[in-house]
Amino acid sequence: MIPVCLLVELPRGEAYRLDIDPPVSVFHTDDGEVFAIDDTCTHQDASLADGWLEGCEVECPLHASKFDLRTGAVDAPPAKRPVRTHEVFVVDGMIYVQPSTEAPNLPPCIAARLAGEPA
Amino acid sequence: MRAVAVVGASLAGLSAARSLRKQGYDGRLVVIGDEPHRPYDRPPLSKEFLAGEIGEADLALEPDDEDLQAEWLLGARATGLDSAHRAVRLADGREVRADGIVIATGATARRLPGTDGLAGVHTLRTLDDARALRDELALGGRLVVIGGGFIGAEVASTAYALGLDVTVVEAAPTPLAGPLGETMGGVVSALHADHGVRLLCGVGVKGLSGETRVDAVLLEDGRTVPADIVVVGVGAHPCVEWLQGSGVVLDNGVKCGADGRTSLAAVVAVGDCASWYDPHVGVHRRVEHWTGARERPDAAVATLLSGGAAEPGAPRPPYFWSDQYGVKIQFAGHAAGADSVTVEQGAPGDRSFLAVYRRAGHPVAVLAMNQPRVFMRWRKQLAATPS
Ligand SMILES: Cc1cc2nc3c(=O)[nH]c(=O)nc-3n(C[C@H](O)[C@H](O)[C@H](O)COP(=O)(O)OP(=O)(O)OC[C@H]3O[C@@H](n4cnc5c(N)ncnc54)[C@H](O)[C@@H]3O)c2cc1C
Ligand code: FES
Repeated sequence: MIPVCLLVELPRGEAYRLDIDPPVSVFHTDDGEVFAIDDTCTHQDASLADGWLEGCEVECPLHASKFDLRTGAVDAPPAKRPVRTHEVFVVDGMIYVQPSTEAPNLPPCIAARLAGEPA
Repeated sequence: MRAVAVVGASLAGLSAARSLRKQGYDGRLVVIGDEPHRPYDRPPLSKEFLAGEIGEADLALEPDDEDLQAEWLLGARATGLDSAHRAVRLADGREVRADGIVIATGATARRLPGTDGLAGVHTLRTLDDARALRDELALGGRLVVIGGGFIGAEVASTAYALGLDVTVVEAAPTPLAGPLGETMGGVVSALHADHGVRLLCGVGVKGLSGETRVDAVLLEDGRTVPADIVVVGVGAHPCVEWLQGSGVVLDNGVKCGADGRTSLAAVVAVGDCASWYDPHVGVHRRVEHWTGARERPDAAVATLLSGGAAEPGAPRPPYFWSDQYGVKIQFAGHAAGADSVTVEQGAPGDRSFLAVYRRAGHPVAVLAMNQPRVFMRWRKQLAATPS
């Protein structure tokens, strides 16, 4: 489990970008729920933490695909694949993320870059 | 309504087909498109696809598991709309009967007169155009882009990254002054000089030289710019010739109300071919941006299915993006009516800033370079407080 930040440090309606590889963003919704998804949009290289949070959905800041924070599902193109979701725990006021073990759905430009790098 | 024909099988047409199903229409749905391809995304054609970073499969607009229960007539060009018989005529003689029609035939790239048939001269609108241009850029050499608009600038940026020697020729004194205003048009087009790409402004093109293949661009001031490849990026005109004589009123595209209705009942128009009435500015405007083609079909389909009774919601301010030289450019709203532009975040010199356009103190548009987060917040604010 990765510690993120204190719950009180993340106001409702805001997101926190966790700089792990690949990055994860943690959202505190207006209803007080906390969700974690992959930060990189599945369409191109955009940070979903920069997006617009409305209810349980975040709208990508570049081309407006919306992702459901609960399931990772995407509503409409240009993104076609869901983002990964991660389990979130709040223990003693601290937010923790348990990174998913599934393969991420990174956009082709990033996936190509990662594949090109020496391991 | 028992049968709907969507004419044009690209972003606006696909979005309309989706809206129809989402809004509960369960009758016959026919999508007619003259390209042989399934709907694909155009913005990457001047960017990642042209650069060879993504392939054709990445351009698909449909997820693998999508099934709209539609009949797709691809490679089929509509040549007429018979409003009396409610039928779309196709080039091969077939007729598609429908009691509702969505016009989504988009736009085609404008050409330079007298340049057809000269090898090395390209326009960029379709996948086939992009394939042909990509193959030529791979050979390297000197590229001259005619037109410093968004598509021209993106092609210049992609070709520069591929190692070509690039010159951009723009007839106006400042590129992008129409959509962005003089000041910001100057700031954004300075990206060319940042990278050593030549930008020649305020000079028109007299013609091209070359026997079978282009070898130079001839400027009106007498200069000659040598060229191995020429891309003509001088805008697009709406594909509406097929509607001539149908009774659908045309005026720089299909003239539409603020809800997508045309002059004919049960016929709506969306996307780049449609000139919607914009209540904010009080004029008809043909908005040629991705987001409009994606979002407006929702309203137009509601109009179609309700027989015109649906109340259109307030339109969102037009939004578009452009990627040039690794810089993300985003714009929302209307620059035309602004009386001031102020930089509110970052600095233009750093190619990372946000500028707000105001009219009589009210924000009417916002432009950003590499500031997606602040831009998103401003765009939402513009949408919430229409000018
Ligand atoms: C190279 C390029 C880069 C772009 N980049 C950006 C960008 O970065 N940001 C942005 O916001 N926008 C961008 N755009 C604009 C965006 O792609 C368009 O706004 C969008 O494609 C409009 O969708 P549409 O469905 O209305 O029209 P189109 O995509 O033009 O599709 C219309 C379809 O109808 C078909 N058709 C035409 N006539 C007929 C007929 N008679 N019968 C049957 N079918 C017909 C056409 O062949 C075409 O397939 C770009 C466009 C291009 C070309
Ligand atoms: S980068 Fe997110 S929708 Fe394009």
